[in-house]
Amino acid sequence: MTMTEKILARASGRESVSPGDLILAKVDFAMGHDLTIPPAGKIMREQMGADKIWDPSRVAVTQDHFQPAKDAASATLGRLTREFSHDMGVKWYFEVGQGGICHTVLPENGLVLPGELVVGADSHSCTYGALNNFATGIGSTDLACVLALGELWFRVPETLKFVYHNRLQEWVEAKDLILYVIGKIGVDGARSKAMEHVGEALKHIDMEARLTITNMAIEAGAKNGILEFDEITKEYLDGRAKRPYTPVSSDPDADYEKVFEFDAEAVELGVAKPMSPDNYAPLSEVEGTRLDQVFIGSCTNSRITDLRRAAAVLEGHKVADGVRLIITPSSHQVAIQAEREGLIGTFLAAGAAWTTATCGACLGGHMGVLGEGEVCLSTTNRNFPGRMGHPKAMVYLSNPAVAAASAVTGVITHPREVLKKMPAGIR
Amino acid sequence: MTLPKVIRGRAWKFGANIDTDQIIPAKYAIYSLDEKELGKHAMEGVPGREGWAGQVSAGDILVAGSNFGCGSSREIAPIAIRGAGISLVIADSYARIFFRNAINLGYPILQSPQAAEAVVEGDELEVDLEQGIIRDFTRSDEYRTEAFPPFMNELLRMGGLVPWVRRRLQERRVAAGR
Repeated sequence: MTMTEKILARASGRESVSPGDLILAKVDFAMGHDLTIPPAGKIMREQMGADKIWDPSRVAVTQDHFQPAKDAASATLGRLTREFSHDMGVKWYFEVGQGGICHTVLPENGLVLPGELVVGADSHSCTYGALNNFATGIGSTDLACVLALGELWFRVPETLKFVYHNRLQEWVEAKDLILYVIGKIGVDGARSKAMEHVGEALKHIDMEARLTITNMAIEAGAKNGILEFDEITKEYLDGRAKRPYTPVSSDPDADYEKVFEFDAEAVELGVAKPMSPDNYAPLSEVEGTRLDQVFIGSCTNSRITDLRRAAAVLEGHKVADGVRLIITPSSHQVAIQAEREGLIGTFLAAGAAWTTATCGACLGGHMGVLGEGEVCLSTTNRNFPGRMGHPKAMVYLSNPAVAAASAVTGVITHPREVLKKMPAGIR
Repeated sequence: MTLPKVIRGRAWKFGANIDTDQIIPAKYAIYSLDEKELGKHAMEGVPGREGWAGQVSAGDILVAGSNFGCGSSREIAPIAIRGAGISLVIADSYARIFFRNAINLGYPILQSPQAAEAVVEGDELEVDLEQGIIRDFTRSDEYRTEAFPPFMNELLRMGGLVPWVRRRLQERRVAAGR
């Protein structure tokens, strides 16, 4: 069996499972936020008739999408989320100013662990799979079912294996790799399937970069993205993990629907052009594209290592006239660390707007929504029409160093045009 | 709530990879508990389809290409389509979370690459849910739908995941002697 199959077999109490099997499986950890907890809580209590949640110690709730409240209606959603979490005794409730984006908060607090079955009422819940677990996004009725019962139905996915030979070149980041892969297979290239990522290139990137790779599994339509457990996983979890855990590995004779092999060394810096995450282009093709806004944020690329690279590029530079740079850390802990390292001072001196941790502009929520015809370079995950605001706004997706360099010049720019070399140790 | 055996309606045709931000832009998530309000904004993010919801007659059928509903996990996507008055969605294929959400809501969705290819906007359709047949009266043609696994059909027939959970909670209470 593959890693994904082993986790689903264990969670459903079976010796083995095969792709296509419909199973009822026990959930190890569940997550909801301010857009998905209000409907899930209502469905669970009023329609399903449950008065408590199955295990308050295995549930996290974040106030991240439209919080701090962007208007009166989202304040109501925040209040319903807060009240439900309090009433149900949710152990891992993260208030405004104390948590941040769910997909950064859960890993950094050691709440999603190897070998586990994790669900989140948010499509980017696949992020957690970098920590060697099965993690997938679900809807609000699904979440209500999990909160009431601690179990949920799943179809066992076929697994696609992605092997990355050699190492990424200088400047090229995990974001460039996953954009390249999605460009190759398309936004439905892994539809409902598991993406198992292995190979030499992954041994040389840190956990935060790995989270960027699994984060975008959903952009290929995948059910989950998963990585092997190794020393890097162990080091990340030491001192963080809130429960004991058991890593899983794929059997040598596991069945894969297809195996894709890539030479990581051949991957260039790249972007996804408007209006789809699979509209890949090498950076050289779009260099010089004029920008109105640059956004560094989201669960994809706004952890501390992302901010370090952005700050290294911005140090001593100013944001170009006619462009605005908005930087949103992905969690409160990331913001605290950025403050300690002096990164915030660099951002402010460069003329960037620094915000609190929130999903914010990524989904056209608040603090950086785009108007008609505006062009944005963003470190986020999706650029379908209307994702960041007006349906006629144009969004390019890139890594944080490219975003920072482009803010300095006002046009899409290779970071080496602004910074000779990324200082050693900046990961 | 049980499903009707036969659904008739006029077809609205959409393309491939229509994502949830186009089906219902995130800004309307503030109405997540109000199906009618969501319905007014359904498909508003699809370029050229502004104001679409106002043209839908109750019972109309939405026909789309592959990977329908990709993107976000927002359950308001199928809810908005239902709120606009669409009785049934037919697509070449679905993104998985949209698919789960619809099944969990007991909202009928069908997979038919044949119909997704052949149906033209405005066609008069009749769908026999039990037989899995789509009749196109405008084109005098018939298309097969792909069968779902029995468990999903059961969920659809019983009205979605809510009644299933109610039953399971009841079984647990009985087992616990309460």
